Amino acid sequence: MMLDGLYQEIILDHYKHPHGRGLRDPFNGEAHHVNPTCGDEITVRVSSAAGEFSDISYDGLGCSISQASASVLYELLRGRSPEDAAGIHEAFVALMQGRGQVEPDEDVLGDGIAFAGVAKFPARVKCALLPWMAFKDAAARAGIDVSSEASEVKA
Amino acid sequence: MTFDVVRVRADFPILTREVNGHPLVYLDSANTSQKPAQVIKAMRMHNERHNGNVSRSVHTLGTEATSAYEDARGKVAAFVGASTPDEIVFTKNSTEAINLVAYSLGQHLALKPGDEIVISEMEHHSNIVPWQLLCERTGATLRWFGVTDEGRLAPDDDLINERTKIVSIVHMSNVLGTINDVSGIVARAHEVGALVLLDCSQSVPHLPVDVQALEADFIAFTGHKMLGPTGIGVLWGRYSLLAEMPPFLAGGSMIETVTMGGTTFAAPPARFEAGTPPIAEAVGLGAAVDYLTALGMEAVHQHEQDITAYALKTLTDVPGVEIFGPATPEGRGGTLSFGVDGVHPHDVGQVLDALGVEVRVGHHCAKPTCARFGVPAMTRASFYLYTTTDEIDALARGLDQVKKVFG
Ligand SMILES: Cc1ncc(COP(=O)(O)O)c(C=O)c1O
Repeated sequence: MMLDGLYQEIILDHYKHPHGRGLRDPFNGEAHHVNPTCGDEITVRVSSAAGEFSDISYDGLGCSISQASASVLYELLRGRSPEDAAGIHEAFVALMQGRGQVEPDEDVLGDGIAFAGVAKFPARVKCALLPWMAFKDAAARAGIDVSSEASEVKA
Repeated sequence: MTFDVVRVRADFPILTREVNGHPLVYLDSANTSQKPAQVIKAMRMHNERHNGNVSRSVHTLGTEATSAYEDARGKVAAFVGASTPDEIVFTKNSTEAINLVAYSLGQHLALKPGDEIVISEMEHHSNIVPWQLLCERTGATLRWFGVTDEGRLAPDDDLINERTKIVSIVHMSNVLGTINDVSGIVARAHEVGALVLLDCSQSVPHLPVDVQALEADFIAFTGHKMLGPTGIGVLWGRYSLLAEMPPFLAGGSMIETVTMGGTTFAAPPARFEAGTPPIAEAVGLGAAVDYLTALGMEAVHQHEQDITAYALKTLTDVPGVEIFGPATPEGRGGTLSFGVDGVHPHDVGQVLDALGVEVRVGHHCAKPTCARFGVPAMTRASFYLYTTTDEIDALARGLDQVKKVFG
Protein backbone atom coordinates (compact mmCIF):
# COMPACT_ATOMS: atom_id res chain seq x y z
CA MET A 1 0.00 0.00 0.00
CA MET A 2 1.15 3.54 -0.80
CA LEU A 3 1.08 4.38 2.88
CA ASP A 4 4.15 2.28 3.62
CA GLY A 5 6.31 5.08 2.27
CA LEU A 6 4.73 7.54 4.68
CA TYR A 7 4.30 5.61 7.88
CA GLN A 8 7.72 4.00 8.20
CA GLU A 9 8.15 1.81 11.27
CA ILE A 10 10.77 4.29 12.56
CA ILE A 11 8.26 7.12 12.38
CA LEU A 12 5.57 5.16 14.19
CA ASP A 13 8.13 4.20 16.84
CA HIS A 14 9.12 7.80 17.48
CA TYR A 15 5.44 8.76 17.56
CA LYS A 16 4.50 6.10 20.09
CA HIS A 17 7.68 6.47 22.16
CA PRO A 18 8.89 10.03 21.71
CA HIS A 19 12.41 10.92 22.80
CA GLY A 20 13.03 13.96 24.95
CA ARG A 21 9.42 15.08 25.03
CA GLY A 22 8.23 17.59 27.65
CA LEU A 23 9.26 21.19 28.28
CA ARG A 24 12.26 21.62 30.55
CA ASP A 25 13.93 24.47 32.44
CA PRO A 26 16.20 26.33 32.18
CA PHE A 27 16.20 27.43 28.59
CA ASN A 28 17.60 30.31 26.54
CA GLY A 29 15.06 30.52 23.78
CA GLU A 30 11.52 29.32 23.14
CA ALA A 31 9.20 29.37 20.12
CA HIS A 32 5.61 28.30 19.60
CA HIS A 33 4.54 27.42 16.08
CA VAL A 34 1.16 26.42 14.70
CA ASN A 35 0.12 24.99 11.40
CA PRO A 36 -2.86 27.25 10.64
CA THR A 37 -4.48 24.84 8.21
CA CYS A 38 -4.78 21.95 10.63
CA GLY A 39 -4.27 23.44 14.07
CA ASP A 40 -1.18 21.40 14.97
CA GLU A 41 0.96 23.14 17.56
CA ILE A 42 4.42 22.77 18.99
CA THR A 43 6.54 24.60 21.52
CA VAL A 44 10.31 24.14 21.34
CA ARG A 45 12.89 25.29 23.89
CA VAL A 46 16.63 25.32 23.46
CA SER A 47 19.33 25.69 26.06
CA SER A 48 22.92 26.24 25.11
CA ALA A 49 26.05 25.70 27.14
CA ALA A 50 29.70 25.28 26.25
CA GLY A 51 29.06 25.99 22.57
CA GLU A 52 26.43 23.36 22.02
CA PHE A 53 22.71 22.77 22.33
CA SER A 54 22.85 21.21 25.78
CA ASP A 55 19.12 20.50 25.72
CA ILE A 56 16.20 20.77 23.33
CA SER A 57 12.79 20.21 24.84
CA TYR A 58 9.39 20.33 23.25
CA ASP A 59 5.72 19.69 23.70
CA GLY A 60 2.89 19.77 21.23
CA LEU A 61 -0.32 18.47 19.81
CA GLY A 62 -0.25 16.97 16.41
CA CYS A 63 -0.21 14.09 14.02
CA SER A 64 2.26 11.23 13.96
CA ILE A 65 4.44 12.98 11.39
CA SER A 66 4.89 16.23 13.32
CA GLN A 67 5.36 14.51 16.66
CA ALA A 68 7.81 11.92 15.34
CA SER A 69 9.69 14.68 13.56
CA ALA A 70 10.14 16.51 16.87
CA SER A 71 11.46 13.34 18.49
CA VAL A 72 13.97 12.82 15.66
CA LEU A 73 15.00 16.47 15.86
CA TYR A 74 15.77 16.04 19.54
CA GLU A 75 17.92 12.99 18.82
CA LEU A 76 19.77 14.65 15.95
CA LEU A 77 20.43 18.14 17.27
CA ARG A 78 20.86 17.84 21.03
CA GLY A 79 24.50 18.12 21.99
CA ARG A 80 25.49 19.57 18.62
CA SER A 81 27.34 22.77 17.89
CA PRO A 82 25.39 25.46 16.05
CA GLU A 83 27.39 24.74 12.87
CA ASP A 84 26.61 21.01 12.97
CA ALA A 85 22.98 21.70 13.79
CA ALA A 86 22.71 24.12 10.87
CA GLY A 87 24.05 21.47 8.51
CA ILE A 88 21.62 18.81 9.71
CA HIS A 89 18.76 21.31 9.66
CA GLU A 90 19.60 22.21 6.10
CA ALA A 91 19.76 18.56 5.04
CA PHE A 92 16.37 17.79 6.62
CA VAL A 93 14.67 20.78 5.01
CA ALA A 94 16.20 19.89 1.64
CA LEU A 95 14.92 16.34 1.99
CA MET A 96 11.42 17.55 2.82
CA GLN A 97 11.32 19.99 -0.06
CA GLY A 98 12.79 17.55 -2.53
CA ARG A 99 9.44 16.08 -3.70
CA GLY A 100 10.89 12.62 -3.20
CA GLN A 101 13.88 13.30 -5.51
CA VAL A 102 16.49 13.84 -2.80
CA GLU A 103 18.54 10.84 -1.63
CA PRO A 104 19.00 11.26 2.15
CA ASP A 105 22.38 10.69 3.79
CA GLU A 106 21.98 8.45 6.82
CA ASP A 107 25.29 9.64 8.28
CA VAL A 108 23.83 13.14 8.50
CA LEU A 109 20.15 12.48 9.13
CA GLY A 110 20.06 9.22 11.12
CA ASP A 111 16.43 8.26 11.77
CA GLY A 112 15.51 11.38 9.79
CA ILE A 113 15.92 9.39 6.57
CA ALA A 114 12.63 7.68 7.40
CA PHE A 115 10.96 10.96 6.45
CA ALA A 116 12.03 10.62 2.81
CA GLY A 117 8.59 9.20 1.98
CA VAL A 118 6.82 12.17 3.57
CA ALA A 119 8.26 14.43 0.87
CA LYS A 120 5.94 12.72 -1.63
CA PHE A 121 2.87 13.86 0.34
CA PRO A 122 2.81 17.66 -0.10
CA ALA A 123 0.01 18.03 2.46
CA ARG A 124 2.25 16.47 5.12
CA VAL A 125 5.55 18.25 4.45
CA LYS A 126 4.43 21.12 6.67
CA CYS A 127 3.72 18.65 9.47
CA ALA A 128 7.26 17.27 9.27
CA LEU A 129 8.82 20.73 9.16
CA LEU A 130 6.78 22.27 11.99
CA PRO A 131 9.20 21.32 14.82
CA TRP A 132 12.23 22.23 12.73
CA MET A 133 10.95 25.72 12.03
CA ALA A 134 10.02 26.19 15.67
CA PHE A 135 13.52 25.03 16.65
CA LYS A 136 15.12 27.53 14.31
CA ASP A 137 13.09 30.35 15.84
CA ALA A 138 13.80 29.19 19.39
CA ALA A 139 17.52 29.10 18.58
CA ALA A 140 17.35 32.58 17.07
CA ARG A 141 15.73 33.84 20.28
CA ALA A 142 18.61 32.31 22.18
CA GLY A 143 20.91 34.32 19.93
CA ILE A 144 22.05 31.34 17.86
CA ASP A 145 21.71 31.39 14.11
CA VAL A 146 21.09 27.98 12.56
CA SER A 147 19.86 29.24 9.26
CA SER A 148 21.57 28.82 5.97
CA GLU A 149 20.10 29.97 2.69
CA ALA A 150 18.83 26.49 1.89
CA SER A 151 16.94 26.18 5.13
CA GLU A 152 14.63 29.04 4.30
CA VAL A 153 11.21 27.48 4.07
CA LYS A 154 9.11 28.33 1.12
CA ALA A 155 5.58 28.09 2.44
CA MET B 1 -41.42 8.65 -6.71
CA THR B 2 -38.81 7.19 -4.42
CA PHE B 3 -35.34 8.60 -4.28
CA ASP B 4 -33.06 6.59 -6.56
CA VAL B 5 -29.49 7.14 -5.42
CA VAL B 6 -28.06 4.99 -8.23
CA ARG B 7 -29.68 7.22 -10.83
CA VAL B 8 -28.53 10.33 -9.02
CA ARG B 9 -24.95 9.05 -8.93
CA ALA B 10 -25.00 8.48 -12.68
CA ASP B 11 -25.32 12.27 -13.09
CA PHE B 12 -22.02 12.93 -11.31
CA PRO B 13 -19.08 12.18 -13.62
CA ILE B 14 -16.46 12.41 -10.87
CA LEU B 15 -18.01 9.55 -8.92
CA THR B 16 -16.68 7.05 -11.46
CA ARG B 17 -13.04 7.86 -10.82
CA GLU B 18 -10.61 5.98 -8.63
CA VAL B 19 -8.39 7.37 -5.92
CA ASN B 20 -5.23 5.49 -5.03
CA GLY B 21 -6.51 2.41 -6.80
CA HIS B 22 -9.87 2.36 -5.02
CA PRO B 23 -13.28 3.60 -6.12
CA LEU B 24 -13.74 7.18 -4.94
CA VAL B 25 -15.76 7.41 -1.72
CA TYR B 26 -16.44 11.14 -1.46
CA LEU B 27 -17.41 12.05 2.09
CA ASP B 28 -16.49 15.74 2.06
CA SER B 29 -19.57 17.46 0.68
CA ALA B 30 -19.80 19.86 3.61
CA ASN B 31 -16.51 21.22 2.36
CA THR B 32 -17.52 21.36 -1.27
CA SER B 33 -20.04 19.26 -3.16
CA GLN B 34 -19.53 17.50 -6.47
CA LYS B 35 -21.29 18.82 -9.57
CA PRO B 36 -23.70 16.95 -11.82
CA ALA B 37 -23.23 16.85 -15.59
CA GLN B 38 -26.22 19.21 -15.90
CA VAL B 39 -24.34 21.99 -14.07
CA ILE B 40 -21.09 21.41 -15.91
CA LYS B 41 -22.94 21.43 -19.23
CA ALA B 42 -24.94 24.57 -18.48
CA MET B 43 -21.74 26.47 -17.74
CA ARG B 44 -19.99 25.10 -20.80
CA MET B 45 -22.95 26.01 -23.03
CA HIS B 46 -23.01 29.50 -21.60
CA ASN B 47 -19.34 30.02 -22.29
CA GLU B 48 -19.53 28.43 -25.73
CA ARG B 49 -22.69 30.18 -26.93
CA HIS B 50 -23.79 33.13 -24.83
CA ASN B 51 -20.76 34.75 -23.24
CA GLY B 52 -20.91 38.53 -22.92
CA ASN B 53 -20.80 41.01 -20.05
CA VAL B 54 -24.03 41.73 -18.25
CA SER B 55 -26.10 44.89 -17.91
CA ARG B 56 -23.90 47.00 -20.12
CA SER B 57 -24.34 46.09 -23.77
CA VAL B 58 -27.10 46.33 -26.33
CA HIS B 59 -25.64 43.57 -28.44
CA THR B 60 -27.14 40.10 -28.67
CA LEU B 61 -24.54 38.27 -26.62
CA GLY B 62 -24.68 40.86 -23.88
CA THR B 63 -28.45 40.61 -23.84
CA GLU B 64 -28.36 36.82 -23.68
CA ALA B 65 -25.81 36.85 -20.90
CA THR B 66 -27.85 39.38 -18.95
CA SER B 67 -31.01 37.35 -19.19
CA ALA B 68 -29.14 34.14 -18.25
CA TYR B 69 -27.73 35.91 -15.20
CA GLU B 70 -31.09 37.35 -14.18
CA ASP B 71 -32.83 34.00 -14.82
CA ALA B 72 -30.44 32.44 -12.34
CA ARG B 73 -31.37 35.10 -9.79
CA GLY B 74 -35.03 34.25 -10.30
CA LYS B 75 -34.38 30.54 -9.80
CA VAL B 76 -32.45 31.11 -6.60
CA ALA B 77 -35.17 33.46 -5.33
CA ALA B 78 -37.85 30.83 -5.93
CA PHE B 79 -35.67 28.13 -4.36
CA VAL B 80 -35.57 29.90 -0.98
CA GLY B 81 -39.00 31.54 -1.17
CA ALA B 82 -37.84 35.15 -1.57
CA SER B 83 -40.62 37.69 -2.21
CA THR B 84 -38.81 39.03 -5.28
CA PRO B 85 -35.60 38.26 -7.19
CA ASP B 86 -34.42 41.72 -6.13
CA GLU B 87 -33.86 40.28 -2.66
CA ILE B 88 -31.12 38.02 -4.04
CA VAL B 89 -27.62 39.52 -4.08
CA PHE B 90 -24.94 37.46 -5.80
CA THR B 91 -21.62 37.48 -3.96
CA LYS B 92 -18.41 35.49 -4.23
CA ASN B 93 -19.40 33.04 -1.47
CA SER B 94 -21.01 32.92 1.98
CA THR B 95 -18.02 34.63 3.47
CA GLU B 96 -18.50 37.69 1.29
CA ALA B 97 -22.24 37.69 1.96
CA ILE B 98 -21.65 37.79 5.72
CA ASN B 99 -18.97 40.46 5.38
CA LEU B 100 -21.38 42.51 3.28
CA VAL B 101 -23.94 42.48 6.06
CA ALA B 102 -21.35 43.13 8.77
CA TYR B 103 -20.06 46.12 6.85
CA SER B 104 -23.20 47.67 5.41
CA LEU B 105 -25.64 46.88 8.18
CA GLY B 106 -23.04 47.82 10.77
CA GLN B 107 -22.78 51.22 9.13
CA HIS B 108 -26.53 51.56 8.63
CA LEU B 109 -27.21 50.86 12.31
CA ALA B 110 -24.38 53.21 13.36
CA LEU B 111 -23.20 50.74 15.98
CA LYS B 112 -21.49 52.22 19.00
CA PRO B 113 -20.08 51.20 22.38
CA GLY B 114 -22.81 49.58 24.46
CA ASP B 115 -24.43 47.88 21.47
CA GLU B 116 -24.17 44.10 21.29
CA ILE B 117 -23.84 41.51 18.55
CA VAL B 118 -24.75 37.91 19.34
CA ILE B 119 -23.26 34.83 17.65
CA SER B 120 -22.57 31.30 18.94
CA GLU B 121 -19.71 29.01 19.81
CA MET B 122 -20.54 26.71 16.87
CA GLU B 123 -19.91 29.24 14.11
CA HIS B 124 -17.64 28.90 11.10
CA HIS B 125 -14.82 31.47 11.25
CA SER B 126 -16.63 33.37 8.50
CA ASN B 127 -19.46 34.07 10.94
CA ILE B 128 -17.09 35.08 13.75
CA VAL B 129 -14.29 37.20 12.35
CA PRO B 130 -16.41 39.77 10.42
CA TRP B 131 -18.26 40.49 13.68
CA GLN B 132 -15.07 40.74 15.68
CA LEU B 133 -13.79 43.29 13.17
CA LEU B 134 -17.09 45.19 13.27
CA CYS B 135 -16.87 45.32 17.07
CA GLU B 136 -13.31 46.59 16.82
CA ARG B 137 -14.39 49.34 14.43
CA THR B 138 -17.44 50.47 16.39
CA GLY B 139 -16.78 49.59 20.02
CA ALA B 140 -19.78 47.24 20.09
CA THR B 141 -19.51 44.06 22.18
CA LEU B 142 -19.55 40.51 20.82
CA ARG B 143 -21.46 37.92 22.86
CA TRP B 144 -22.30 34.30 22.11
CA PHE B 145 -24.40 31.29 22.89
CA GLY B 146 -22.44 28.37 24.30
CA VAL B 147 -22.76 24.80 23.08
CA THR B 148 -23.97 21.87 25.19
CA ASP B 149 -22.17 18.54 25.46
CA GLU B 150 -24.77 17.13 23.04
CA GLY B 151 -23.79 19.75 20.47
CA ARG B 152 -26.85 22.01 20.81
CA LEU B 153 -27.01 25.74 21.42
CA ALA B 154 -27.11 26.30 25.17
CA PRO B 155 -30.20 28.30 26.13
CA ASP B 156 -29.35 31.69 27.61
CA ASP B 157 -32.33 33.90 28.43
CA ASP B 158 -30.41 37.11 29.01
CA LEU B 159 -28.11 36.95 26.05
CA ILE B 160 -30.43 38.72 23.62
CA ASN B 161 -31.61 41.93 25.26
CA GLU B 162 -32.40 45.54 24.46
CA ARG B 163 -28.69 46.24 23.78
CA THR B 164 -28.61 43.57 21.05
CA LYS B 165 -28.53 45.00 17.52
CA ILE B 166 -27.55 42.03 15.36
CA VAL B 167 -27.86 38.27 15.90
CA SER B 168 -25.96 36.02 13.50
CA ILE B 169 -26.29 32.27 13.97
CA VAL B 170 -25.52 29.20 11.94
CA HIS B 171 -28.59 27.31 10.74
CA MET B 172 -26.76 24.00 10.43
CA SER B 173 -23.32 23.50 11.95
CA ASN B 174 -20.57 22.45 9.54
CA VAL B 175 -18.82 20.55 12.34
CA LEU B 176 -21.48 19.09 14.64
CA GLY B 177 -24.19 18.68 12.02
CA THR B 178 -26.67 20.30 14.40
CA ILE B 179 -29.69 21.89 12.75
CA ASN B 180 -30.55 24.75 15.04
CA ASP B 181 -34.19 25.43 15.75
CA VAL B 182 -33.80 29.17 15.32
CA SER B 183 -37.45 30.20 15.71
CA GLY B 184 -37.11 31.18 19.38
CA ILE B 185 -33.93 33.16 18.75
CA VAL B 186 -35.44 34.99 15.78
CA ALA B 187 -38.59 35.84 17.74
CA ARG B 188 -36.60 37.04 20.75
CA ALA B 189 -34.28 39.14 18.55
CA HIS B 190 -37.20 40.82 16.82
CA GLU B 191 -38.89 41.44 20.16
CA VAL B 192 -35.91 43.57 21.23
CA GLY B 193 -35.55 45.21 17.81
CA ALA B 194 -32.45 43.31 16.68
CA LEU B 195 -31.91 42.02 13.14
CA VAL B 196 -31.07 38.41 12.37
CA LEU B 197 -28.67 36.86 9.86
CA LEU B 198 -28.67 33.09 9.47
CA ASP B 199 -25.63 31.36 8.04
CA CYS B 200 -27.41 28.83 5.82
CA SER B 201 -24.25 27.59 4.06
CA GLN B 202 -24.96 24.03 5.22
CA SER B 203 -28.75 24.10 5.37
CA VAL B 204 -29.81 25.44 1.96
CA PRO B 205 -27.95 22.62 0.15
CA HIS B 206 -29.47 19.86 2.29
CA LEU B 207 -32.98 20.72 3.47
CA PRO B 208 -35.95 22.76 2.36
CA VAL B 209 -35.28 26.36 3.40
CA ASP B 210 -37.96 28.99 3.12
CA VAL B 211 -37.04 32.51 4.12
CA GLN B 212 -40.66 33.39 4.92
CA ALA B 213 -40.90 30.51 7.39
CA LEU B 214 -37.48 31.28 8.94
CA GLU B 215 -38.50 34.91 9.49
CA ALA B 216 -34.87 36.03 9.58
CA ASP B 217 -33.77 39.30 8.00
CA PHE B 218 -30.81 37.94 6.02
CA ILE B 219 -29.51 34.54 5.03
CA ALA B 220 -26.17 33.66 3.45
CA PHE B 221 -25.26 30.58 1.43
CA THR B 222 -22.66 29.46 -1.07
CA GLY B 223 -22.96 27.87 -4.51
CA HIS B 224 -20.21 25.27 -4.35
CA LYS B 225 -21.79 23.39 -1.45
CA MET B 226 -25.09 22.93 -3.33
CA LEU B 227 -23.90 21.29 -6.57
CA GLY B 228 -22.97 24.65 -8.10
CA PRO B 229 -19.57 26.07 -8.98
CA THR B 230 -17.09 27.87 -6.76
CA GLY B 231 -16.97 31.66 -7.05
CA ILE B 232 -20.62 32.41 -6.40
CA GLY B 233 -22.56 32.88 -3.18
CA VAL B 234 -25.86 34.40 -2.20
CA LEU B 235 -27.12 36.96 0.25
CA TRP B 236 -30.87 37.07 0.67
CA GLY B 237 -32.11 40.12 2.52
CA ARG B 238 -35.48 41.76 3.17
CA TYR B 239 -35.87 44.29 0.41
CA SER B 240 -36.82 47.14 2.73
CA LEU B 241 -33.60 46.61 4.68
CA LEU B 242 -31.37 46.21 1.65
CA ALA B 243 -32.86 49.41 0.28
CA GLU B 244 -31.69 51.34 3.36
CA MET B 245 -28.20 49.90 3.54
CA PRO B 246 -25.14 51.67 2.12
CA PRO B 247 -22.95 49.92 -0.47
CA PHE B 248 -20.22 47.46 0.45
CA LEU B 249 -17.82 47.29 -2.51
CA ALA B 250 -17.86 50.24 -4.89
CA GLY B 251 -17.27 50.53 -8.61
CA GLY B 252 -19.01 49.74 -11.86
CA SER B 253 -22.62 48.48 -12.04
CA MET B 254 -23.56 49.59 -8.53
CA ILE B 255 -24.15 53.24 -9.34
CA GLU B 256 -27.09 55.34 -10.41
CA THR B 257 -25.00 58.28 -11.58
CA VAL B 258 -21.43 59.40 -11.09
CA THR B 259 -19.94 62.88 -11.38
CA MET B 260 -16.51 63.98 -10.30
CA GLY B 261 -18.22 65.52 -7.31
CA GLY B 262 -20.07 62.45 -6.08
CA THR B 263 -22.14 59.36 -6.75
CA THR B 264 -25.61 58.06 -6.15
CA PHE B 265 -26.22 54.37 -5.92
CA ALA B 266 -28.37 51.86 -7.75
CA ALA B 267 -31.22 50.09 -6.00
CA PRO B 268 -30.61 46.57 -4.60
CA PRO B 269 -29.47 44.07 -5.69
CA ALA B 270 -27.22 46.00 -8.14
CA ARG B 271 -26.07 48.29 -5.30
CA PHE B 272 -24.27 45.32 -3.75
CA GLU B 273 -22.88 43.80 -6.95
CA ALA B 274 -20.00 46.06 -7.88
CA GLY B 275 -17.96 45.07 -10.89
CA THR B 276 -18.45 42.23 -13.37
CA PRO B 277 -20.21 39.48 -11.44
CA PRO B 278 -19.62 35.71 -11.66
CA ILE B 279 -21.86 35.22 -14.71
CA ALA B 280 -21.15 31.68 -15.85
CA GLU B 281 -21.12 30.71 -12.17
CA ALA B 282 -24.61 32.17 -11.72
CA VAL B 283 -25.76 30.10 -14.68
CA GLY B 284 -24.21 27.02 -13.05
CA LEU B 285 -25.90 27.80 -9.76
CA GLY B 286 -29.22 28.19 -11.56
CA ALA B 287 -28.73 24.74 -13.10
CA ALA B 288 -27.88 23.33 -9.66
CA VAL B 289 -31.09 24.80 -8.25
CA ASP B 290 -33.05 23.25 -11.14
CA TYR B 291 -31.44 19.89 -10.40
CA LEU B 292 -32.27 20.03 -6.68
CA THR B 293 -35.78 21.30 -7.33
CA ALA B 294 -36.49 18.44 -9.76
CA LEU B 295 -35.49 15.90 -7.12
CA GLY B 296 -37.29 17.82 -4.38
CA MET B 297 -35.52 19.09 -1.29
CA GLU B 298 -37.77 17.00 0.96
CA ALA B 299 -36.56 13.87 -0.83
CA VAL B 300 -32.92 15.00 -0.68
CA HIS B 301 -33.25 15.68 3.02
CA GLN B 302 -34.96 12.35 3.70
CA HIS B 303 -32.21 10.46 1.87
CA GLU B 304 -29.59 12.22 3.97
CA GLN B 305 -31.52 11.51 7.17
CA ASP B 306 -31.49 7.81 6.28
CA ILE B 307 -27.77 7.86 5.51
CA THR B 308 -27.08 9.79 8.71
CA ALA B 309 -29.02 7.30 10.83
CA TYR B 310 -27.07 4.47 9.22
CA ALA B 311 -23.74 6.26 9.69
CA LEU B 312 -24.42 7.13 13.33
CA LYS B 313 -25.19 3.52 14.05
CA THR B 314 -22.23 2.19 12.05
CA LEU B 315 -19.70 4.54 13.62
CA THR B 316 -21.04 4.05 17.13
CA ASP B 317 -20.26 0.36 16.67
CA VAL B 318 -16.60 1.03 15.82
CA PRO B 319 -14.63 0.74 19.09
CA GLY B 320 -12.61 3.84 19.96
CA VAL B 321 -14.69 6.21 17.82
CA GLU B 322 -16.24 9.18 19.61
CA ILE B 323 -18.86 11.25 17.80
CA PHE B 324 -19.09 15.00 18.43
CA GLY B 325 -22.57 16.44 18.09
CA PRO B 326 -26.09 15.05 18.35
CA ALA B 327 -26.09 11.24 18.64
CA THR B 328 -29.39 10.67 16.81
CA PRO B 329 -30.61 11.93 13.41
CA GLU B 330 -33.27 14.20 14.97
CA GLY B 331 -32.35 17.84 14.53
CA ARG B 332 -29.10 17.08 12.80
CA GLY B 333 -27.91 16.78 9.24
CA GLY B 334 -25.49 14.52 7.42
CA THR B 335 -22.26 15.97 8.72
CA LEU B 336 -20.55 13.77 11.25
CA SER B 337 -17.39 14.69 13.11
CA PHE B 338 -15.56 12.21 15.25
CA GLY B 339 -12.34 11.29 16.99
CA VAL B 340 -10.49 8.00 16.84
CA ASP B 341 -8.95 7.20 20.21
CA GLY B 342 -5.20 7.77 20.19
CA VAL B 343 -4.93 8.69 16.51
CA HIS B 344 -4.58 12.23 15.24
CA PRO B 345 -7.17 13.23 12.58
CA HIS B 346 -4.39 13.89 10.04
CA ASP B 347 -3.34 10.31 10.31
CA VAL B 348 -6.94 9.10 10.13
CA GLY B 349 -7.48 11.12 6.97
CA GLN B 350 -4.24 9.93 5.41
CA VAL B 351 -5.01 6.23 5.88
CA LEU B 352 -8.58 6.73 4.64
CA ASP B 353 -7.29 8.55 1.56
CA ALA B 354 -5.05 5.60 0.74
CA LEU B 355 -8.30 3.61 0.57
CA GLY B 356 -10.02 6.19 -1.64
CA VAL B 357 -12.15 7.53 1.23
CA GLU B 358 -12.06 11.34 1.19
CA VAL B 359 -12.89 12.96 4.51
CA ARG B 360 -11.88 16.31 5.95
CA VAL B 361 -9.54 16.56 8.90
CA GLY B 362 -8.49 19.57 10.94
CA HIS B 363 -10.40 22.35 12.65
CA HIS B 364 -12.94 22.85 9.84
CA CYS B 365 -12.62 26.65 10.10
CA ALA B 366 -14.36 26.39 13.47
CA LYS B 367 -11.59 26.46 16.05
CA PRO B 368 -13.87 27.59 18.91
CA THR B 369 -16.12 24.57 18.27
CA CYS B 370 -13.14 22.22 18.44
CA ALA B 371 -11.92 23.97 21.59
CA ARG B 372 -15.37 23.54 23.13
CA PHE B 373 -14.95 19.79 22.79
CA GLY B 374 -11.35 19.91 24.00
CA VAL B 375 -9.67 18.79 20.79
CA PRO B 376 -7.41 20.64 18.33
CA ALA B 377 -8.88 18.84 15.34
CA MET B 378 -11.55 16.37 14.27
CA THR B 379 -12.20 13.98 11.42
CA ARG B 380 -15.39 14.76 9.52
CA ALA B 381 -17.44 12.67 7.12
CA SER B 382 -20.20 14.59 5.36
CA PHE B 383 -22.88 13.26 3.08
CA TYR B 384 -25.07 14.40 0.23
CA LEU B 385 -27.72 13.18 -2.14
CA TYR B 386 -25.23 10.82 -3.84
CA THR B 387 -23.97 9.13 -0.64
CA THR B 388 -24.70 5.42 -0.22
CA THR B 389 -24.68 3.02 2.71
CA ASP B 390 -21.88 1.13 0.92
CA GLU B 391 -19.76 4.26 1.28
CA ILE B 392 -20.46 4.37 5.01
CA ASP B 393 -19.33 0.74 5.19
CA ALA B 394 -16.14 1.68 3.32
CA LEU B 395 -15.55 4.39 5.92
CA ALA B 396 -15.99 1.89 8.75
CA ARG B 397 -13.58 -0.56 7.10
CA GLY B 398 -11.14 2.29 6.65
CA LEU B 399 -11.33 3.11 10.35
CA ASP B 400 -10.46 -0.50 11.17
CA GLN B 401 -7.40 -0.07 8.96
CA VAL B 402 -6.53 3.18 10.76
CA LYS B 403 -6.52 1.35 14.05
CA LYS B 404 -4.37 -1.41 12.60
CA VAL B 405 -1.70 1.05 11.44
CA PHE B 406 -1.64 2.97 14.71
CA GLY B 407 -2.71 0.24 17.13
C1 LIG C 1 -21.37 27.02 8.15
C2 LIG C 1 -20.48 27.64 7.12
N1 LIG C 1 -20.44 28.97 7.01
C3 LIG C 1 -19.68 29.57 6.07
C4 LIG C 1 -18.89 28.86 5.21
C5 LIG C 1 -18.04 29.60 4.22
O1 LIG C 1 -18.35 29.29 2.92
P1 LIG C 1 -17.45 29.91 1.76
O2 LIG C 1 -16.06 29.43 2.05
O3 LIG C 1 -17.98 29.34 0.49
O4 LIG C 1 -17.55 31.37 1.86
C6 LIG C 1 -18.89 27.47 5.30
C7 LIG C 1 -18.06 26.65 4.41
O5 LIG C 1 -16.92 26.35 4.61
C8 LIG C 1 -19.71 26.85 6.28
O6 LIG C 1 -19.73 25.52 6.40
